[in-house]
Amino acid sequence: MAITKLLIANRGEIAVRIIRAAKELGIRTVQVHSAADAESLAVKMADEAVNIGPPHAAKSYLNVLNILEAAKVTGADAVHPGYGFLAENAAFADAVEAAGLIFVGPKGDAIRVMGDKVAARVAAEAAGVPVVPGSDGRIDDPEQAKAIALAIGFPVMIKAAAGGGGRGIRIAHDMHEFETLMPQASAEAKAAFGDGGLYIEKVIEKARHIEVQILGDGRRAIHCFERECSLQRRRQKVWEEAPSAVLPQDVRDKLCASAVALAEAVNYRGAGTLEYLYDDETQHFYFIEMNTRIQVEHPVTEMITGIDLLREMILICGGEPLRYTQDQVRMKGHAIEVRINAEDPAKNFMPAPGTVTSLRLPGGPGTRFDTMLYQGYQVPPFYDSLLGKLIVWDETRERAITRMRRALDELEVGGLQTTKPLHQLLATDESVARADFHTRWLEPWLEANAHKLSS
Amino acid sequence: MAQLLSPLPGTFYRKPSPDKPSYKEDGDSVAKGDVIGLIEVMKSFNEVKAESDGKITFMAENEEPVMAGQPLAEIV
Repeated sequence: MAITKLLIANRGEIAVRIIRAAKELGIRTVQVHSAADAESLAVKMADEAVNIGPPHAAKSYLNVLNILEAAKVTGADAVHPGYGFLAENAAFADAVEAAGLIFVGPKGDAIRVMGDKVAARVAAEAAGVPVVPGSDGRIDDPEQAKAIALAIGFPVMIKAAAGGGGRGIRIAHDMHEFETLMPQASAEAKAAFGDGGLYIEKVIEKARHIEVQILGDGRRAIHCFERECSLQRRRQKVWEEAPSAVLPQDVRDKLCASAVALAEAVNYRGAGTLEYLYDDETQHFYFIEMNTRIQVEHPVTEMITGIDLLREMILICGGEPLRYTQDQVRMKGHAIEVRINAEDPAKNFMPAPGTVTSLRLPGGPGTRFDTMLYQGYQVPPFYDSLLGKLIVWDETRERAITRMRRALDELEVGGLQTTKPLHQLLATDESVARADFHTRWLEPWLEANAHKLSS
Repeated sequence: MAQLLSPLPGTFYRKPSPDKPSYKEDGDSVAKGDVIGLIEVMKSFNEVKAESDGKITFMAENEEPVMAGQPLAEIV
């Protein structure tokens, strides 16, 4: 049952990206949009557009009834959720199927299993995928706690079983500290949550964020290698690359094989990403969670493998078997993506919506800019600040960084403050050049370099 | 009498979170500096504070999309 008419239940650059993939497959497109997005590029590019509600996302992009009604009225036979909004909402996936439509993503049950952190951890362990070492569940016996802490190795994190919001968390660097902190954490947890139960987890210091792209057709899965996204601000990725510059080949093989094993264990369908923490020093990786959707940073994988991930997910969900075997997936060169956001780096990344008065886009070899911008476009204040993603590819990482500097120099978005100056500074940084970073590297770097961003 | 204008474009909220009561109700007394609402701009939340003392009457609804410079409330 191939898809003939695809409804895009998203907005911004990813809606544009989905429309492009659909058009190349000869699929007609329906763009649903809020009242604030009537003039968006996706609406202009799609074959049809339907207004599904007011600007507030809860009343439009998260309004399941209106989205399904729009599909019915236009005769769409499939729904692509993009990322964010309803993309990882199992009930939405179920509702789309119950309406007789194809959900371009995994089955609701796979979203349910992988979306629950405990269930995902259990599924990962069952598939033989390493997880962050810790107590499997709560421990109340102090002697048992000490034994587990010794077994996983210090430093360890002591967390409240009933916890949340960071309360009740202690980090112990040795057994002496552990014995002092354990009763404190328990008392605080009891006071805060009425339950003194604790669990413990190994602290991975200076971890890198490395993730594996997979494609599955419900029976078989393949990986498309890894991406490294260690440069983060407030847990938001700002700079992403493929492949990771630091992963030895034998570790890469094991990492990617583990992702395929877990994807096949849950009969995964579509494009998905398994996120891991990676410890440079020990070369150990630990599964943290799975994203059951296309990701913002998917283009770096497309650049090194030549596989169009959006096209493949649409074909697979339309009923075709996976078109690649694992040995047909090869990587070549190095790709980097930076997120161009409507934020002012000189003012602590304050959001800066407004009107695009002029636009000069970068081009040339190995250069791609995925965006919804056009001259005269008014960036609405109601949604996230992503304006576009600048992606470059070159033979080596060093050349890719040089190309990124060149492409950033070409990019000019008139009328808006953007994160371009941040990326220009990162692209000339020595630690970045050496890929000498981890997930907590960028925030102190931003404090130290604030004066360079304030001009 | 003073109109309190939205400093930013975005979504206006009269409550600190959906399950909490409003910061202020129509007719409440407010003092300069009191938080009377939030403006959400691109997922970041900014407090809106009264600029004078008096009784407040709202001119924008909870969750209403607002433009920069649009009146949010009147303080008399």
